[in-house]
Amino acid sequence: MTDTAPRFAPGTFTPAPGRGNTGRMLVTYARIETLLTLRHGEQILLTLLIPLALLVGLTVLDVIPMGELTTGPGDPVSKVDWVTPRILALAVMSSAFTGQAISLGFDRRYGALKRLSATALPRWTLVTGRIMSALVVVVVQVLALGGIAALLGWQPRLAALPMAVLLLVVGTISFGALGVLLGGALRAEIVLALANIVWFVLLGAGGILLAPTALPDGLAVVVRLLPSGALAEGLRAVFVDGTTAWSQLGVLAVWGVGAAALATRTTKLS
Amino acid sequence: MTVVSESPQRTDSEATAPALDITGLTKRFGATTAVDGIDLHMPRGQLLALLGPNGAGKTTTVELCEGFLRPDAGSVRVLGLDPIAAGSALRPLIGVMPQGGGAYPGIGCAEMLRLVASCAANPLDADWLLDVLGLSSCGRTPFKRLSGGQQQRLSLACAIITRPELVFLDEPTAGMDPQARRLVWELLGALRADGVSVLLTTHLMEEAETLADHVVIIDHGRIVASGSPAALTDGGAENTQVRFRARAGLDTGLLTAALPEGYAVHETSPGSYHVDGTADPQVISAVTAWCAQQGVLAEQLHVGKRDLEDVFLELTGRELRT
Repeated sequence: MTDTAPRFAPGTFTPAPGRGNTGRMLVTYARIETLLTLRHGEQILLTLLIPLALLVGLTVLDVIPMGELTTGPGDPVSKVDWVTPRILALAVMSSAFTGQAISLGFDRRYGALKRLSATALPRWTLVTGRIMSALVVVVVQVLALGGIAALLGWQPRLAALPMAVLLLVVGTISFGALGVLLGGALRAEIVLALANIVWFVLLGAGGILLAPTALPDGLAVVVRLLPSGALAEGLRAVFVDGTTAWSQLGVLAVWGVGAAALATRTTKLS
Repeated sequence: MTVVSESPQRTDSEATAPALDITGLTKRFGATTAVDGIDLHMPRGQLLALLGPNGAGKTTTVELCEGFLRPDAGSVRVLGLDPIAAGSALRPLIGVMPQGGGAYPGIGCAEMLRLVASCAANPLDADWLLDVLGLSSCGRTPFKRLSGGQQQRLSLACAIITRPELVFLDEPTAGMDPQARRLVWELLGALRADGVSVLLTTHLMEEAETLADHVVIIDHGRIVASGSPAALTDGGAENTQVRFRARAGLDTGLLTAALPEGYAVHETSPGSYHVDGTADPQVISAVTAWCAQQGVLAEQLHVGKRDLEDVFLELTGRELRT
């Protein structure tokens, strides 16, 4: 090098190692994860635009069999009240499961996980930050979709809110664990294909768009035990019927615990 | 394998422990033994270059040191710590540049660097580092749209921004243009001058020869040579070599036939020729006479001690690895 002045003053790189502030690391990491989701076009399509189109479409158009729009004999339910809880369940599945799995698959492909796990960021913050980010995204989805639903005439029972929030949180974490299980184990292209296929199947036949009561008996039992069926039926129970949804919460929790336990053994960094 | 339980806290002896202390390190993947009983000792403040053909076990060795892989046998101590058992204590002390970089596909270049900086107590200034590495103009460009050389520079920045005591750089200049490579070499020199220990893997002999205090050549998972660049290339008078450059694709068989008994010519890379055997006046005369006869201008005819590339090729063979 013939440069007259050295580019790097002596002492610039003198070691001064140390772990950053844990709270700050966690917030920075969760913020980045959230921003990356919210500014990713395909993620927005999946997590907001498709649920929004279905919400408006199913409410405005006459496509739901009228026989479903009751909670019991002679107790009619407005279309938007019937549609909204199911769309909220779809929103959670879209972002926490499908979106999560696909982004994890490509994050691994590009070495992001390996890169971060080589820093001072503790392993638990990698998991916690991703959960925090998934919850923030669900809050954004619920506010946006709930707001549009309210404009369309949705009147949620206020008494249902605590149980609904619990269902949404447990649903997000359980679907998130399933998303990590899929996105953490396979090649990115395979994750992309599978996550979309599973999304499509669960949307149509997993208890989200079609209530288990509309399905043959044997299938209905299975669908109620799926995470999609449990979340949609749980939200319907609290918002439409005004009942509790402990059994659906239990089903979601079992899926979540099972998926998380398996994912800790199958998730690869790259 | 001896398992020594490590307390996650650093003791005083760990604060003065060597940068690397590796004994009998072995790692197998199925039937393949990627690392086969390596012993390596690296004092602090040194720059050690790990050389070897593709598949020699360089990356596996580095990943065993970083705690990404668990050894099948032997022991690794990095700054006195076991990279697996004491990983959370070790990670703040080291900087890592994985092969081929590593970042979120959609993250901005500057965003990624700041994220890594947030993990450190006393990071370097991210804007300054982006600037000196020529990344200021692509601070908002998503990682997946950066060129290979830009991704490498960002990855290097991520490895050093935390002001680590020891950095692992896996092929740091791969995919860089010559200007960027010079810049990185200058940076590595500055790191070493400031007391940072550096372990780098490379294919570039020039990189190892100019930068390294110590060069370790590995092949098939074993160390085949180790020493300072000067010691490795110093083979005494009998190791004086003849090299020259000419147009690529000369018939080396014909030239070999024209040389005295026991000598042979190889084209080590297109247009670079190397005469195997100790140089003497007859050989030089035979080479130039043959070239004259063929109408070939032998440029950069060099008679002197072998360079690191000669040593490397002698030890690891000239056959292309597939």
